[in-house]
Amino acid sequence: MSEAIKVEAVSDRFSSTDKQREAASTVREEASPWPDWFRDQQAAALADYEATPAPARTDEPWRFSNIAALDLTAFQPAGPVTSEGGLINASQGLEEFSAKLIFGNNTLLHLDSDSLPQGVVLQPLEEASRENEGLFRKYFMAQPVELGSHKYAALHQARLTTGAFLYVPKNTEVALPIELFHWVEGENASVFPHTLIVCGENSKVTVIDHFKSSDGKRAFACGVNDLHLERGAQLTYIAVQDWARDSLAFHINSTIVGRDACSTAITANFGGGFVRGESLSRLVGEGSRSEMLSINPMDGLRQIDQRTLQDHVAPYASSDLLYLNALDDKARTIFAGLIKVGKGAHKTDAYQKVRNLMLSDEAEANSMPGLEILADDVRCTHGATSGEINEEELFYMESRGIRQSDGRRLILNGFFQSLLERLKSEPLRAHLSRMISEKLGIQM
Amino acid sequence: MSTATQTEIGIDRSVGDFRYDVNYEFDAGTGLSAKTIDYISEVKKDPAWVREFRHDAYRKFLEKPMPTHWASHDLDNIIFNNIRYYLSQGTEPKRSWDDVPEAMKLTFERLGIPEQERKFLAGVEAQFDSEAAYSNIKAAVGEQGVIFVGSGEGLLKHPEIFRKWFGKVIPTGDNKFSALNSAVFSGGSFIYVPPGVKVKHPLQAYFRINAENFGQFERTLIIADEGSEVMYMEGCTAPKFETATLHSAVVELVALKGAKIQYVTVQNWSPNVFNLVTKRGLAHEEAEIKWIDCNIGSRLTMKYPGVVMKGRKARGEVISIALASDGQHQDTGAKMIHAADETTSNIVSKSISVGTGRATYRGLVHVPRHLKGCKNNTECDALLINSKSRTDTYPAITVRGQGNSCQHEASVSQISAEQIFYMQQRGISEGAAMSLSVNGFVNDLVQQFPMEYSVELKRLIDLEMEGSVG
Repeated sequence: MSEAIKVEAVSDRFSSTDKQREAASTVREEASPWPDWFRDQQAAALADYEATPAPARTDEPWRFSNIAALDLTAFQPAGPVTSEGGLINASQGLEEFSAKLIFGNNTLLHLDSDSLPQGVVLQPLEEASRENEGLFRKYFMAQPVELGSHKYAALHQARLTTGAFLYVPKNTEVALPIELFHWVEGENASVFPHTLIVCGENSKVTVIDHFKSSDGKRAFACGVNDLHLERGAQLTYIAVQDWARDSLAFHINSTIVGRDACSTAITANFGGGFVRGESLSRLVGEGSRSEMLSINPMDGLRQIDQRTLQDHVAPYASSDLLYLNALDDKARTIFAGLIKVGKGAHKTDAYQKVRNLMLSDEAEANSMPGLEILADDVRCTHGATSGEINEEELFYMESRGIRQSDGRRLILNGFFQSLLERLKSEPLRAHLSRMISEKLGIQM
Repeated sequence: MSTATQTEIGIDRSVGDFRYDVNYEFDAGTGLSAKTIDYISEVKKDPAWVREFRHDAYRKFLEKPMPTHWASHDLDNIIFNNIRYYLSQGTEPKRSWDDVPEAMKLTFERLGIPEQERKFLAGVEAQFDSEAAYSNIKAAVGEQGVIFVGSGEGLLKHPEIFRKWFGKVIPTGDNKFSALNSAVFSGGSFIYVPPGVKVKHPLQAYFRINAENFGQFERTLIIADEGSEVMYMEGCTAPKFETATLHSAVVELVALKGAKIQYVTVQNWSPNVFNLVTKRGLAHEEAEIKWIDCNIGSRLTMKYPGVVMKGRKARGEVISIALASDGQHQDTGAKMIHAADETTSNIVSKSISVGTGRATYRGLVHVPRHLKGCKNNTECDALLINSKSRTDTYPAITVRGQGNSCQHEASVSQISAEQIFYMQQRGISEGAAMSLSVNGFVNDLVQQFPMEYSVELKRLIDLEMEGSVG
């Protein structure tokens, strides 16, 4: 971005200017990795971003939120990373994995997909837009963003440069997890990570998305991921968000679950200063199932604002949501969930629960667990609890020589670990478990 | 059971569906303007501060947007200019039944008011459109110093108590409809219970809309002084008109140290009534406020009784039953504001949606910073009868700091097919089995209602369930 943009005093550096619009129309001939139709879509998305008003305090999808935290003025486009090799070496996850894709500041740094089974496609998005145009057009950001961040999804689409595209064909099982790393580097840098996963009929795959900061500096992340499960597919999707502690982040997720398919998604939020997470699970096929799980150890001044929708369109589907928040210091959480059972979605079995563990007198937890039921033969329950650590448990440990501060950490660890029991894969469970313990400062 | 209770307080729809032509002595005409407010003030001989209060409220009403960003868009069907804001036959309520004009007497006799009074009520007030038509309190209760009069009389004769609390629990600008009420309020009850007085029998008010396109805006203020106890019951009916009718009341309760107030509502407006009511109580130290709220009638009800627990160990409770039948939307809930240590609140809500009915629970629980030992428990259960029925739950719970506990639980289910089958097997018809099952669903709450009401409620559920099968 040039100096000229600053002079034109736009509210943030993501809006277009007349000059840019002009440039965009003439630069067509220049080599772009993206096809023209996609760039047209991006231009439309930018116009959409600009035309959509910023969220207001009175907007119901932003109730209790921190509108002031959404100020984008300080952020700028990310430059190249200083050391590609350094980031590639730092991208360490599981010991055994089937493929690895590493992005740094909106650029692909590394792709290792050699051990993927025949037919499985893992490639950067721009490549997919040309080589798998049909799939790309069908699934890329195909779901309208309904939970409040439409504006930021439009910004994401307009400013996206790359991302991960995974296609697992029919009847294919990828035994080992696929790992994706999205790095951000530099003060006030902006990244637009994207993950698009299409699971063909009866396929099976596990994907871990890592969101990391290489230098711990404040950044802006605006990410979208689209997960599509065709009939009988099984997807385990894990997002580990570990941006710098004062970063602003949007993570907009939509999961479409087809007949008899099963999605298990875990989101762990270890970083970020203000994180807005929107997760939609749409159950479009009979017998489909979606598990939505989240682990949020919150401390300092960090805030997390999570909105979820369990959208039951088809009958005989089930969904299960469990969000765990631990709030220390002046942390603040917002959970607004909705179970929506459409007309005719009979035999729905939906469950939703948020648990807030209050660890400090300054913390604040807001819970809005909602239900909208338009079919009668259903079983839906939801719950929200806010409480503190059981003094008796602490006393029990103290009486056995465990210091109170350690005891608290152990209880916290147990609180989060309970959620991992939902994972079938033992190495995955162990890996996440280690990550949680590390974050809580427990020596393994 | 049903025949024996025919003459009880009428909350059965058909009982309320009649009207009489009445020649109103005072009529503010149709539509709302500053002039309407002046007219009401004139007729009611308002003191200057009340007139000022009304005009200020009217300005706030105009400023406030319709809350359709979260509430039902059906609200847009209220045309404020088509409503009549004040109708009465005189502002002085009659003390003796014989003095009540014939047409009104017929109305209330059909609804069983004097009968009730003879039986067990400590006092009764009956409001016909804008003003109380009849108000009486039993001598024994009056001797204890209990004041039970219409709100207009309250503000004129007991300004020292009235003014101190009026508009303090629910500020004028709380919402668009509380502002509207504050601008045009008329009628409602004013009750003051002196320290230590325990009113044995319930006080009762009866609200009746008789005229078409009429808006009823009663204002009730109840003050229970230290250590006193009182129970208040209200019922409401209106005939079925083709056009929309508006009922927008404001009810403020103040329970001083150690006092107890129970407020029972059985709302059975006809299905053309928009029922948009703001109800809130202020509980001081160790005081207890309990709202027992039953919504059966109206087209759209929006009502979230609240308790602000201002003193240590104060307690708030809302027991809510909603029955949403064809074409109805019962948007009800509760608001619990914890503002002192060791305050506890309990919300139990049960709703039933029948036919195209929609029942919504909307709740707010707030525990601010630096409080200790606050507890909230919320339970909402919804029952769906038909495939077209709808139910929603929208709670919002804010907890700041540790040392408090809040839990919210809600469930939605259908009537158990097994239960119905079991009963049918034993020769009970499907309809009767459904009634039994629904009655069983709300039974634990219904028992908290005064006996007369609970019997009626059961009977009403039976009626509503008739023909709902299939």
